[in-house]
Amino acid sequence: MISFEAVCRMVEGIEPRELERWIDERWVLPESRSEGYVFREIDVARVRLIVELRHDLAIGEEAMPVLLNLLDQLYAMRRRMKALADALDALPEETRLALRASFDDGKETE
Amino acid sequence: MAQRNPYEVLGVGKDAGAEDIRRAYRRLAKQHHPDLNPGNKQAEGRFKELNAANDILSDEKKRARYDRGEIDETGAEKPQYAHANYRDFAEGAPGAKYHAAEGMEPGDLDDILAMFGRGTRGANLRMPGEDFRYVLTVDFLDAVNGAKRRLTLAPDKSLDVTIPAGVRDGQILRLKGQGGEGIGGGPRGDALIEIHVAPHPLFRREGDDIHLDLPVTLAEAQLGGKISVPTPAGDVTMTVPPHSNTGGILRLKGKGAPRPDGSRGDQYVALKVVLPEGGDPELTEFLRKWAPKHPYDPRREMGRGAGKP
Repeated sequence: MISFEAVCRMVEGIEPRELERWIDERWVLPESRSEGYVFREIDVARVRLIVELRHDLAIGEEAMPVLLNLLDQLYAMRRRMKALADALDALPEETRLALRASFDDGKETE
Repeated sequence: MAQRNPYEVLGVGKDAGAEDIRRAYRRLAKQHHPDLNPGNKQAEGRFKELNAANDILSDEKKRARYDRGEIDETGAEKPQYAHANYRDFAEGAPGAKYHAAEGMEPGDLDDILAMFGRGTRGANLRMPGEDFRYVLTVDFLDAVNGAKRRLTLAPDKSLDVTIPAGVRDGQILRLKGQGGEGIGGGPRGDALIEIHVAPHPLFRREGDDIHLDLPVTLAEAQLGGKISVPTPAGDVTMTVPPHSNTGGILRLKGKGAPRPDGSRGDQYVALKVVLPEGGDPELTEFLRKWAPKHPYDPRREMGRGAGKP
């Protein structure tokens, strides 16, 4: 449980007003409680990422939602791929080998 | 990793200005930022190298010291990534919080295969379709007597449901083949409809039996007679025996809810003697003059003194 103020201290180069705007834009999704915003580790890491994209890489405010949206899609896909990989790992070896052979065949014909 | 010359890393000349360096760094960093290239170790290494180079060249003093040979390529590297990276979270369960848009988070294997437009047909899987679940609230009498109802699933899709007579609250009706489409030529799933029976102002249901409180007049209770009683199937005539009383229960056999085997529950009628509203002058007069030969105490069972101060 990390407070708004703590995030401003932890992330170099973030202005409170800027962070508030990002929350309004829903680029960052802290939990809203009576005592104020509560951030989790992933939210802090995301703030840090947006700071880097915004300041170091000069991604404009206009382009940021497009980028974040694509990034979220990429990570969603990677989460599913990971779940799929885990599921495949749990298959009997024979099935796994057959799958691998068929997958590699598929790549060659591409 | 062997460090390279920072000018080479950023691809700029020795005489590059601060703006050139900034632009070169941004261009390359956008390409190699590890959170934009999750799982790509090469990008991660390249990004570290870029940052080290930029650290030296973007700082005039450090750049001058490097040019004079006072520090080497690694000299200024600070621990840039001591904190946790976004990608480490985003690929785990917490990442689901930042799904791109509704419907973007594929739920199961079928969804992953469907992303590439093949359903699961190509996968030699033959599975029945998904079961769809609904809740349908029906009137008390419709539940006892049976009815046909139209269930609207979507603006353009509705389902005619036959509610079997005697259906109970919480019972689930299964409509075969009204669920999701089958996979790989498999049969369609079913629609599962959970029935909620609304309460009735007069009748109560216990299992297949119906309970009803029935008001009767003093004369009907005392003298007995034939009276009309509502049942879920309509009014029936019932004989009240003489000397009935409030709390007396009469059974109407076979007037309850139908059972799947064709038999029926019973209806239980609880009598409740009701005196004329506002008092009847003749009745009052009669009772005043009435000196019973057999006095009775309806509170006898309660015991002496019980509940009295």
